Formats: sequence, structure tokens, C-alpha cells
Amino acid sequence: MAKEKKIKGDGQSVGAEKKIKTTLTITFSIISIIYVLPVFFVLLNSFKANTFVKTDTFAFPNADTFVGWANYIKGFTFGNYPFFKSVWYSVVITILSTVLILICTSMAAWFIARVNNLFCKICYYLFVFSMVVPFQMLMFTLSKTADTLHLNTPYTIPIIYLGFGAGLAVFMFSGFIKSIPLEIEEAAAIDGCGPIRTFFSVVLPMLKPTMISTGILEIMWVWNDYLLPYLVLDRTKYMTIPIHIQYLQGSYGSVDLGAIMALITLSIIPVIIFYLTCQKYIIAGVAAGAVKG
Amino acid sequence: MAQKKKKNKNNDSAAVNSKLIRKPIERCFLLFLAPTLAAFTIGFIYPFLKGFYLSFCKFQTTSNAEFIGIGNYINALHDASFVHAFWYTALYAVVSLLLINIIAFIIAYFLTQGIKGANIFRTVFFMPNLIGGIVLGYIWSMIFNGILSRYGTSILMETKFGFWGLIILMCWQQIGYMMIIYIAGLQSVPQDMMEAAKIDGASRLQTLIHITIPNVMPSITICMFLSLTNAFKLFDQNLALTGGQPFQFNPDGSVVKTTEMLALNIYNTFYGQNTMARGTAQAKAVIFFVLVAVISVAQLTATRKKEVQQ
Repeated sequence: MAKEKKIKGDGQSVGAEKKIKTTLTITFSIISIIYVLPVFFVLLNSFKANTFVKTDTFAFPNADTFVGWANYIKGFTFGNYPFFKSVWYSVVITILSTVLILICTSMAAWFIARVNNLFCKICYYLFVFSMVVPFQMLMFTLSKTADTLHLNTPYTIPIIYLGFGAGLAVFMFSGFIKSIPLEIEEAAAIDGCGPIRTFFSVVLPMLKPTMISTGILEIMWVWNDYLLPYLVLDRTKYMTIPIHIQYLQGSYGSVDLGAIMALITLSIIPVIIFYLTCQKYIIAGVAAGAVKG
Repeated sequence: MAQKKKKNKNNDSAAVNSKLIRKPIERCFLLFLAPTLAAFTIGFIYPFLKGFYLSFCKFQTTSNAEFIGIGNYINALHDASFVHAFWYTALYAVVSLLLINIIAFIIAYFLTQGIKGANIFRTVFFMPNLIGGIVLGYIWSMIFNGILSRYGTSILMETKFGFWGLIILMCWQQIGYMMIIYIAGLQSVPQDMMEAAKIDGASRLQTLIHITIPNVMPSITICMFLSLTNAFKLFDQNLALTGGQPFQFNPDGSVVKTTEMLALNIYNTFYGQNTMARGTAQAKAVIFFVLVAVISVAQLTATRKKEVQQ
């Protein structure tokens, strides 16, 4: 189909061009609708009784299959672990980790870029190296280390995230800091600013764009991460949303698909709201991260 | 302190050099670099080195390790499930790389032709990227099972369902991501070149092949390697969609999980019932790390080369 259009496009008249553009818009509108269908089906099935999710997946709920909010009510309670607790821990871990990563790595990156001695260079290359190491390489030893050091609660796991996620953040901040002209900081130093004040009132404001794009990358990573919290957290007490959903699905036997669809809907809604409000930054941030990483 | 600095400056006012900045910063090591470095040691350096060491050991927990040499590596390479996972991952990587990049490029190309609603389409195509792997897996397992149950089967019944299911899932997720990178590349193609081609009477197809594609080559390289490393590191989606099913029981007693990819295979070896296999699992993990690192280094050299040429 795509090819046909291109060949037609060779006849360059303005009318033909317009026609092509209209067909393209229509084609893409249809594709877009198909593209959001999976999410729509989740929403649809979250209102159906368990047994009909498998048999009538693509039908609208009718009198037989419709159960109203029952799945949502059930989803909150079944599996002997309340869902809102998982939501709370997901929020706590994501916010604490992101804030910690942004503050600590921006300071570290500045230190490395400005001091720039041999030790700093070694640190920098270690950070960059850590970006290519897959999590499987160190998951076993990392979860044991975290256990020993009591980093297995939602309030301490941000330290693990800082350690494992420092690479990308330091790399992104360093790239930007190198492009800041030194004269600005020299002026601050001459005016009597110590390094701490120079960083927080001169350098930090300039880092805002990188803060946003790095922050978004970290939020997306931590919020959706499954394996790291699954292995590190004390699972009897703490779960995050991905762990919770996997836990409910994995418990063989009577899996209530309707309730799971309700929980998936609940976990997607905040993500979509976040996406629609910060769309511009998210797309820019992801593009920047991809090109650098 | 400030006075001292000023004096310093007066001494060699010609060169207000970075020493003025460097020395005081160096003194703040504990505040600036130490926290990150400490966390990095706990969260990366120590587990990495220990993991590397353990790959040469026989162990069940990290404390009772006993050095045995390269036995674990030999076990890993003789493990039928690991070899299967490697080829399965490689096949998946090639197919997904081609499909994702071709479709993403076509979409990006049309979205940069100034059509109405391009921004809305871009937003829609990128949306699945924000949904986590586990949730994605369950969304699609519901959809595939909804279709397959009409034919009396399910995604867990056949390897080819699991394979193509994962390909469709990953296309859905990643096309939007790659599209964003391609759009950025396409928008940076010099307009005067395009105009010159138009004046010279080049057709759309000729312009695409001779001007657009060579100019977006850096984006193509980035996307290719991104999808390659993503394919090799894939875990969450694999676990949630099929979890390795269906299983194939070999006559020699070994079990091959036919839709299991490398990362999941390593995970299952670590945390499976046989705790004696943890050394083998760690050796697999090291092999896996080397594989991913080689791809990443190849990417680095490839992008560097392109930069020099331009």
C-alpha cells in the first residue's frame, strides 16, 4: 500500500499531492485506532465476569457478562495483599529513587567534569561501563548484598537504584556539563562563591533540561521495573505494581482474569495521564537518552 | 577562603584558569562524589566482581563458595536449554530488528511529509512504551488467548504462537520508540538538498534512496543496535507472555522451555529447584554479559565511524 502511494506521488500536481496527504491521514487514523485497541480491550474486559474474559474477549459486555465494578472491588482485596499497598510502594520507590538519582548523580557528574584527575576519569569510565552490564550478571549477588545491608525495604531500595542506575544518569549529566562554559563558574568563584553555593545556585539551574529528560527516563525505568524489586525487596511485606500483577497471574489454579484486567486498567491510567500531560518532555527525553545511550 | 582565592587570581590574572574552581571542589569530595560512589560500589562494583568470581565456584549461597575453575562454563555450554535459548533469542533478535525498524522508518517517513494530525499519530504510536513489560505481557496474552481460544488452543500450546506473539507485542511497544528517533533524523536532513533534488527532477523514490536514507544513516545505526540489545536483554515480556511454555521433555531427562530467552533462562537456572546449578547460572550470566557488551562496543565503534565520515 505504501509503495502505491509513493509511485502515485511522482506525478507532482498539487491536487494529487493533497489527495495523497488526505489518504495518508485517513490511513494513519485507522492504524492509530487499531493501535490503541489492546488498551481498550483491557478496559472492556475489566467489566466482564471472569469466565467471559477468555471466551468473549472482543465483545462488548452484555447483560450476561457485565459485572459492573465487582472486578475492581475484588481486585483490591483478593490475593491476601491489598493492591493499594503495592501502589503506595511503587509511588514511594519511584519518587525517592528518582530524586536521589538526580541529586546525587548531578553532583557527582559535576565533580568528575570539573576536577577531572585520574581518579575521576577512572570513575567516569566505570560508570559508562556499568551501562552495558545486563542485570542478570549481578542479580544474584546484588540481592544477597542488599539483604545483608538491610536495603530490602521500599525506603532503602533507592540506594540500590542509585548504585545500579548511576551509569546512565552520570553519563547524561556529564555530557551536558562539559558544554557549560567555565567562565560562568569562574565568575561565581571570583565573587566569593564556594563550590557548594556555585553548584546549587549557578550550575543546578542550568541543568534543568537534562534533569527533566534524565528524570523521565528514571521514572519510566523504576516504575515499570519488575526483576530488581522482586529480588531485592522483602516480598512477604512489600510489593510493587508489576510484582503484584505477576504474583496474581502466577498463582496457578483459580486466576481471576476479570479482576486482573481491573488492576491492569488501574495501573495504566496514571501512566497515560502522566504521558498526556508531560508528553513533550517524555518524547524529547527518550530521544535524548536513546541517542546518548 | 574567598580572600585567598582573590589573591590567587591577582597573581596570574592573565589566566583565570580552572584551578580556581578545581581545588575548592576537590575538597568537597565527600559531599559531591562520595554518596554516588558508595551506592555504586554497593549496587554495582561489588556484586559485579563477586558475581564474576562466583562463576568459577560451586555454591548455593554466596557465603559457601568453593573454587572449581571453569567447570561452570563447560556445564553452561553443554546445557541444551541454554543453547536453545541462545538460538531462540538470536532468531527473535533478527526478526524483531528487521520488522521494528522497517515499520518504524516507514511510519516516520510518512509522518514527516507534513500530513494533518502527525502529532496525534506520533503520540498514539509512542504510548505503549510507557507501559511496563509485565503488564504488556498480560494485555497481549489476553488478546492472543481471546483469538486462539476460538480454535481450541492457546498461546502456551505451540512454540510458534509464543514466538510470533512476542514479535507482535514488541513491535507494538517499540515501533513508537524507534519512530521518534527516525523522525528526529529525518527532520535534520538538509532542506536545500531535498530542493536541489526536486529541481533536478528526482522522483520521490530516488530522493528517498539517494538523499534521505544516507542522511539518516546515524539514526538507522542507533535504532538497529538499540533493538538488538533490547532483544537480547528482553525479560519481563517473555516471562509474562509465555514464561517459556510449551516445555519439551527430552529422552535424557532434560527439559527445554521452547520459548525461553537468554535472560529468562539465566533467571530460571538461578532460582529453579536445583540449587546446585547456581554456579552454572552465574557462568551463563557472564557469557550473557560478554555477548551484550560485545554488541554495545560494536555499536560504539559503528556510530563513531559515522561521525568521522560526516
